[in-house]
Amino acid sequence: MTTIGVLGLQGAFREHVRSVEATGAKAVVVKRTEQLKEIDGLIIPGGESTTIRRLIDKYEFLEPIRQFGKSGNPIFGTCAGLILLASEIDGSYDVHLGVMDIKVRRNAFGRQRESFEADLDIEGVAEGFNAVFIRAPYIEGVGENTKVLARYDGHIVAAQEGHYLACSFHPELTDDHRLTDHFVKMVEEAKKTLAL
Amino acid sequence: MAQTGTDRVKRGMAEMQKGGVIMDVVNAEQAKIAEEAGAVAVMALERVPADIRAAGGVARMADPTIVEEVMNAVSIPVMAKARIGHITEARVLEAMGVDYIDESEVLTPADEIYHIKKDEYTVPFVCGCRNLGEATRRIREGASMLRTKGEPGTGNIVEAVSHMRQVQSQIRHLRGLSEDEVMVYAKDNGAPFDLLMEIREEGRLPVVNFAAGGIATPADASLMMQLGADGVFVGSGIFKSNNPEKFARAIVEATTHYDDYKLIGELSKGLGTAMKGMEMSTLTPEQRMQDRSQ
Repeated sequence: MTTIGVLGLQGAFREHVRSVEATGAKAVVVKRTEQLKEIDGLIIPGGESTTIRRLIDKYEFLEPIRQFGKSGNPIFGTCAGLILLASEIDGSYDVHLGVMDIKVRRNAFGRQRESFEADLDIEGVAEGFNAVFIRAPYIEGVGENTKVLARYDGHIVAAQEGHYLACSFHPELTDDHRLTDHFVKMVEEAKKTLAL
Repeated sequence: MAQTGTDRVKRGMAEMQKGGVIMDVVNAEQAKIAEEAGAVAVMALERVPADIRAAGGVARMADPTIVEEVMNAVSIPVMAKARIGHITEARVLEAMGVDYIDESEVLTPADEIYHIKKDEYTVPFVCGCRNLGEATRRIREGASMLRTKGEPGTGNIVEAVSHMRQVQSQIRHLRGLSEDEVMVYAKDNGAPFDLLMEIREEGRLPVVNFAAGGIATPADASLMMQLGADGVFVGSGIFKSNNPEKFARAIVEATTHYDDYKLIGELSKGLGTAMKGMEMSTLTPEQRMQDRSQ
């Protein structure tokens, strides 16, 4: 069975667990680095990126997560998770995991009162996807191997680079599990390749 | 089309704060210490609850200069308090771009009967509650997040524990009731029937419920998480302690790993003196902030 870990240091990790379970895969909350050995793919949830980063440092997760990704295991970052995956953050020298070739802008749509929900088409994944944006970042630019999956108001809000997937919004806050399902399929594919 | 201020967007914002610590701050310097320590948000105030108690008189919304100063200092969300029923204070805070408003009994109520009709605002609100009746009334008025009232500014956890246990226990009780019994329960608790039916079905509140009011140590934060809190507010506890930086970091870690007792033991070593704290029986009825609203 495919097991998806959800980084459970802070944020909406229980909602991701629920969403993963709805696709039929097994979900575990990851609070310790040793747990990375027990999972096939990792979701980095929404929350406060500065808080999650501090806890990642405190519990020495940074290098183990990078290695987990470099070994070919898929990683999916949503909102704060997207910021953590990015190789470049606008106005900041402090890149976190830096494994995905995207440049992001934090709180790009404004403060909480500007937070919104809107229907999006996610290329190859879902049409009319109800996307919830909360103090969300967007992607300002992508590398040549990164595929843009969705835009809102001209800004990139979902992208994939090989086995890395990222979005600005919160797929875990609705009952639409199509994007999570897409990630679970990525993990199943990677698992077959890694088994060879 | 994009929609702002929906329930999903407002409640979702609180979901992102789960497992985190929200800290009271009174200036930019404290806000930066809080952010650096890993706080998920800060509450910008003119005085922390312990000082509001000491000062006496009428406590109002903070000077907007302080709120602005804090908003400019950090990138994490900034909350601010409005008096219960004070529609204008809330609108002013919303216009300033505050990320969350606490309609709070820590300030002197502007209205002794009615709360703000919060569902008309784009900005989300958090409110205090002691039981399921208060919780459901606040949700129906439009609160997107709840917290226990506890007894603010006392450094005494006893009331927050009682309020968290009460809400949890009432939810468990509700699950065992038949539909006709829920109607009587709604009447007895002054709770909206349809919302009770929803909670009975789901087995939980439709919004997150944080602990607040009297959390003074890492062990207090852990205790509240074990009792089912989604996160914690720390008011006077941090900046009334001897070593705020260390204290703030310890409370954040104790909240994340609330069931790791060895770690909490380590975190609690040499923290210096926690805030002094007050025994509930020494408070006069007028000094009990939790009784200021129902």
